[in-house]
This record gives sequence, C-alpha cells and structure tokens, in this order.
Amino acid sequence: MNDIQSDQQPQWKLEKFENHYIISLYGQWLAKNNNIPSFSCDHLKKIPANQTLYFDTKNLKNWDSGLIIFLWDIKCQATHYHLKVSDDNLPKSAQELLSLLHESKEEAPKKQLAPFRPFYTIGGWTIKGLTNLGITIQMLKEVAIGVFKSFAGRSYMRIVDLITDIQNAGPSALLIISIVNFLVGAILGFVGAVQLRRFAADAYVANLVSIATVREMAAVMSAIVISGRTGGAYAARISTMQSNEEIDALKVLGVSIMDYLILPSMLSLVITMPLLYLYGCFMGILGGLIVSIFMLKVSIIGFLQQSFNAVAFNQFVFGSVKTVAFAIFIGVSSCYIGLKSGRSAVDVGLAATRAVVTGIVGVIAIDAIFAVIADMIGI
Amino acid sequence: MDNQLSDQSLLSVKNLTIGYDSKIIQKDINFNVKRGSIFALMGGSGCGKSTLLKSMIGLLEPIAGDYFVKDENYWQSSRKRRIKIARNFGILFQNAALWSSMTVGENVALPLQLFTQLSSEMIHRLVELKLGLVGMEYAINLYPSELSGGMRKRCGLARALALDPEILFFDEPSAGLDPITSKRLDDLILTLRNGLGTTIIIVSHELSSLFTIADDGIFLDAESKTPLAHGSPREMHDHPPCQLVYDFMHRQRYDNAEEKEKQK
Repeated sequence: MNDIQSDQQPQWKLEKFENHYIISLYGQWLAKNNNIPSFSCDHLKKIPANQTLYFDTKNLKNWDSGLIIFLWDIKCQATHYHLKVSDDNLPKSAQELLSLLHESKEEAPKKQLAPFRPFYTIGGWTIKGLTNLGITIQMLKEVAIGVFKSFAGRSYMRIVDLITDIQNAGPSALLIISIVNFLVGAILGFVGAVQLRRFAADAYVANLVSIATVREMAAVMSAIVISGRTGGAYAARISTMQSNEEIDALKVLGVSIMDYLILPSMLSLVITMPLLYLYGCFMGILGGLIVSIFMLKVSIIGFLQQSFNAVAFNQFVFGSVKTVAFAIFIGVSSCYIGLKSGRSAVDVGLAATRAVVTGIVGVIAIDAIFAVIADMIGI
Repeated sequence: MDNQLSDQSLLSVKNLTIGYDSKIIQKDINFNVKRGSIFALMGGSGCGKSTLLKSMIGLLEPIAGDYFVKDENYWQSSRKRRIKIARNFGILFQNAALWSSMTVGENVALPLQLFTQLSSEMIHRLVELKLGLVGMEYAINLYPSELSGGMRKRCGLARALALDPEILFFDEPSAGLDPITSKRLDDLILTLRNGLGTTIIIVSHELSSLFTIADDGIFLDAESKTPLAHGSPREMHDHPPCQLVYDFMHRQRYDNAEEKEKQK
C-alpha cells in the first residue's frame, strides 16, 4: 500500500473499515502522465473469499483511461480471489467503461516458432516445389488449350483485353527498352574499344557489340526489363483482383480464369517480346556504333558492314525463339504468383516482388539452357 | 471525465460546399454538433455522406464554406495546425482499415508510439485496455487477415480510441455486419459515448441503428444536392419535412412525381 505523498500523483490505499474493505483513490489518474501504478495481487490474498471491495473516490481528481486500467486490474484479481467489487462509488462513466471489460484478461495466443526439423523442412520444400511445378505445367496446358479455343472462337478471352495488354507490354515499354539496350550496347562498345585497341584490333569492336547484343544482351536485358515492369504488374493486378474477390466472381460465373485473365497476358508477352528483342538489338548496336564513332573514328558504313558479316540471320531467329521462352516463363510465373497470393495489401506487395525476382532468376536460368542448346546445334 | 450532454457546439459547419474538383456533390450544408452527442449523416446512396465525412476529417478540402472544430476554422488553419486538430479525431473506416502488415496490438499501439511519450509498458497496458473495451483483448497478437469483418470493426474501433479522442467519426459502422453484431456494436458505441463522453459523427443508412443511437442528424439529398432535413432520426421518422425523407425513414420507394418536381 502506498503512502499518500502528493495531491496530483495517482495514489491508492486498501483499508479495512468495520468489516468493509475500501480502496481509496487519490490524485490525478491520467495515462498521459505515465505514472499509473499497478495493482499487485498480494494485496487481496489475505482478504477472505466472498468479501466485497468498495471504492472511495472523494479525493479522486481528473482521470482518463489510466484509472480504468487500474480498476480493470482490481476487477480481474478480485475475481481470481473470489471477491466481489462494488463500483457504486465510482464515477458513472467509469462504471460504464468497467462494465465493458471482462472479469479476467483473456490470454492472447502466443505465436510460437516452429521447431527445427531439417528433414521435415526439406521434405516440405520438395513437396511445395513439385506442387508448384505441377500447377505451372497444368497452367501451361490450359493456356495452350485456350490458344486453340481462341482460334476456334470458343474462348472467353476478350480481344480488347489482349490489345490493352499488348499496348502495355509493348509500345509502352519502348522507352525503357531503348534506354537499357542503348546503354548496354554503348558500354560493350566502350569496353571493347579500350581493350581491343591494345592489340590493334579496333575493327572488331563492331563484331563484339553485334554478336554480344544479338546472341545475349538484347534478349536477356529486354526480358529482365519486362519481368520487372510487366511481370510485376501482372502479379500485382491479379493479386489485387484476388483481394477484391473479382476472381471469385469470375469463377462463380463459370468464366475460365485461364482464358479470361492469363491468356491475354501471356499472349501479349509472346507477341511483343520477339519484337522488343529485335528493337533491343537495333538500339544496342546503335549504342555501340555511337561510341565507336566517337572513340575509334570508324565510319558508319564500315561498322555496319562489319556487324552484318559477324551476325548470321539464324542468330536472330534463335534469339527470337529464346525470347518466346522468356515470355512464356514470365507470363506463367507472374500470373501464377498473383493467383496464389493472399488477400491483404502486404500480399499484393509480396506477389509483385516474388514475380519480379522469379522472373529475373528464371530468365537467366533459361538463357543458360539456351546457351548449351546453341552450342549443341552449332549456332 | 464524468461527462454529461452539454449544449456547447464542438463542431460547426457553415455554408459548406463539397465535391471533387469543380463537381459539386452537396452545397449549403449548415449544422452544429453538440459536445457529447451522436450526430448522424443520413441520406441515400451517392448523396455525399462519405464525401462530407472526408471533409470533416481533413481528407478532402471543401469547395466553399467553413468548418469549425472547437471554434477554430479547420480549413483556414495551417497544415501543421490541422494535423494537431486532427489528433482529437478517432476514425473508424468502413472496412476498419487496419494495417495488414501489423498485428492488432501493433495497430492500436502505433498512434500511442507516434504521438505520446508513454513508456512501452504503459502503451501495452493501454492497448490491452482499448482492446478489452471492445472485447478483443485476445486478438492482440493476431493479424487483421485472421479476423472476421465484425472483429476487424471492433479492433478498428479500439485503434480509433487509442489516443482518447474527443471526436469519433464512424463511416458505416454496421455495414456488412449481421443484425446481432450490429446491435452489439450500437450498444458498444453508446456505452463508449456515455463512458468516455466522446462526441460521435456517424455516417449510416441503417435505420434501426440510427434510431437507437443518434441524438441529432442531417439528411442529404443527392438530387437537389442540399440537406433536406435536420433533427434526430426519430423526429425525421415521426415528422418528415418532405416526401423523400418520409420514404427513406419508412423504407418506401420514392416515386411521387409531383413531390419530386416540388423538390426541384
């Protein structure tokens, strides 16, 4: 029990007065003052069960939630020791608030960390990975069927959606594709010029830039940009539709999600990616050409002739096929991630991040596979 | 904090015109809200109730007119001052608007951490209390996605109460709730008003809820873009000033062409 020290400090005292137990409250009980005392259970231990606790509030000054916190402590502990609490002498509004509070604080369930079980975890990952792979293959199959159905005019895909997606994935991305490929071509030209000049092999800068751009850089850089820009947008859009129950509404209507949502997204990428790749090749070679003109003083005709000699037509074909594979991967992975996301704002952000990361890593992995295939078929 | 209804106006709206850009949603809005009262913004769908609420909580600047909070002209005040005034507001949004990346406890604690100097132990005790007042203390470690709509609303209310605001704004508190949960929420709002003495502005078209809790209110009309009636929902029900208010309060279809013409 506390000694009464100051008028303003929140103080209390438990006394026995003619068989009544009275808790007297003194001073200001304001939470903002950060000085609300706790009510310890020791004080009620000695009081026989079924007794009633009364309050004396004659000296109670201003109060807010701080007093209610203290009164709730008393109410809970009194219940624990089988005591009754009479709130008759409390201010009317405090009585109202106290009536809302339960007689025991319900224990909040604690989040527990999962125990460390390596085999269980690895097994879980494996099952999850194989499940994802299975669902992705299933999606690919359904999209392929959707393509055939759309040719037969039996698909739910709306042409207007396809055109909008093509516009977003293609023409709207031209600026960023231009900047990225131009700069990559220029960097290749610059590094090539500095190194090859040492061996008096300046003339081969055109070969370096054009082969690197057509074989690898234009396809990979364009795919990475599209993965970040369009893949992320697809995942966020589908995830938001998921949280707004728009996808549920489509399912209830019996509209195929694959046809209606995934097919236009995927087709738009398959149509635009090879075109963006060819445009990226042009911008990359242009970047290398401009650097060469300024650093090596080569002629435009000479640079272009050297480039055409270095790059065969089948390399453009191979690059285009590669970008179609990238497009399918980005489309499937981003739409799948969007469909499997949760329904909160955090989940939308997570879906977009996952789609971008998966897209970039996947594009590089697929590019590695294509590099081996190119070697095997002698391109 | 032992409060009683007083006649002193806490909020005052004078000749307010609200809308988006130049599109007027409502004009000539005039009303006072008494301290400790529950004031309802009523009207059919699309009449501008939520837009008016947005203007009153500082999210949408009105096109014209004045809005006073405790005799301070809110929209004429500096941005810094407006933020300070808005600390006295607690808002329960239609979908509770709990931050999904935080637990319920963190949601309620955030305003206390940002705007008070309280110790973390005191903040924890206050968070427990606010959640206890709405009967949700067990949800302190749960995420909003783990709760039902009614539970989210109650947790949203606990967050709105975090800073002991003088004025609470509720946007459609009963929307999407079953009648029993809705009734419990009404009782909770009344008890909190009586216990905390908070002034409450409520946007709703749930008649049963309005009859139970609102002391005063205003009825907005989408067609004339002006308020049609002012008074308690019960008064409007018993003595409707026009056909539209009568129809709304008695759940009838408004198809009296002559009356419609007069309204115009």
